[in-house]
Amino acid sequence: MNYYEPKDLADFPNIAEWATDQGNKFFEYYGAATNAGKLTDREKSLIALTVAMTQNCPYCIDAYTIKCLSLGISNEEMMEAAHVGAAMMAGVTLAHTTQMRKIIKKKEM
Amino acid sequence: MDTAEQLRILGSLSCIPSLSRKILELDRYPLRASGIEILQINVGRICNLTCRHCHVNAGPKRTETMPRIVLEKCLEILKNFPISTIDITGGSPEMNPHLEWFIHEAAPLKRRMIVRSNLTLLQKEPYRRFIDIFKKQNVEIVTSLPDYLEAKSDRQRGAGVFRKVIEVMRELNACGYGMNGSHLFVNIVHNPVGAYLPGSQAALEHEYRKRLLSEHGVHFNHLFCITNLPVGRYLEYLIQSDNFEDYFDLLCHAFNPAALTNVMCRTTLSVGWDGSLYDCDFNQMLNLMVNHSAPENIMDFDMERLKNREIVVNNHCYGCVAGSGSSCQGATTFTKNA
Repeated sequence: MNYYEPKDLADFPNIAEWATDQGNKFFEYYGAATNAGKLTDREKSLIALTVAMTQNCPYCIDAYTIKCLSLGISNEEMMEAAHVGAAMMAGVTLAHTTQMRKIIKKKEM
Repeated sequence: MDTAEQLRILGSLSCIPSLSRKILELDRYPLRASGIEILQINVGRICNLTCRHCHVNAGPKRTETMPRIVLEKCLEILKNFPISTIDITGGSPEMNPHLEWFIHEAAPLKRRMIVRSNLTLLQKEPYRRFIDIFKKQNVEIVTSLPDYLEAKSDRQRGAGVFRKVIEVMRELNACGYGMNGSHLFVNIVHNPVGAYLPGSQAALEHEYRKRLLSEHGVHFNHLFCITNLPVGRYLEYLIQSDNFEDYFDLLCHAFNPAALTNVMCRTTLSVGWDGSLYDCDFNQMLNLMVNHSAPENIMDFDMERLKNREIVVNNHCYGCVAGSGSSCQGATTFTKNA
């Protein structure tokens, strides 16, 4: 057994188990948030894929890569989205050096 | 891979329940036809292309072509019964020597007449005349364009095919096909270039329309999303790429009971090149003839016994009832999407 099994993705609809009310509310929210609205299915799927990669979720990467393929999103478009995520992660890391630098400057003689 | 081997592989699936069992659980077994609205005539398996996803295994080396006597019988049936759609497919239908005659004879019946053309042949003699024939006889053209990206489309259909399709589409547009206010229809078939399901038909149609117009100056009427069914070359691809079980798992998890209600075999009768009768073109390629006492050849056509016949179901049929559903006319259930 591995910690992450591809087949476990099929268990996602069951995550409301043992907390049904909260779980069902989550699914209602998840559907409302990810279905096409002012943003298209394509745009929302690229956002979801990018978040999945930045958050290292193998299930979401699997699901949203396939969804992007299904929507006709090209490999190049997905890769560009990944770079937005990568750049944001780098930027977020470096932006937090502000805290580090502030503390250093306060604590060092 | 011969049909017996394909059926053996389809029957050996252990990772999912059989579709028949699934239908039984819904108390919908046996699945029955509700009439014959579409006569789909496969006029032969000869084709100038050898697409990687082709369920027909069509290509230049095939020899099967529908003889005139079978087409004459189709005409007789069309004259005698109010079947609303004549759907001509192949192979390349234009390579059947009787196609021009058949279109000429069928046009006065005033039915919706579809020819599924790969378009590339229409650039070559002696097939160029079909552009005028189709236009004159108000034939609806359905053509395959798996993706709006040239490289991706050509991976499935062969190098240079996308460019040729675009060139002929422009010619068809110049004749009025696909243009606003015109009665001449050209529709595009999208099917995934790989082991996944098509997305929202509305969203894909929107994207195709935007890209084909802005990048290629091409107009079309509608996009039909067709799920690749695990038959023929596509089945071989799934096995060779180690996607076979994953793909069936995907199909099974996406099973949609609403799509079962609208499945195309309930209103279609498929005719093979030799007159054999099938519930659909996919069953035809697996040699799964209509049965349960319905006549198996068009020469024995009997509307009463065929119109509510029991449908022959196998595991490849999961492809037509997954997600938004799939048929030769595209998705069978619709969601609003952009």
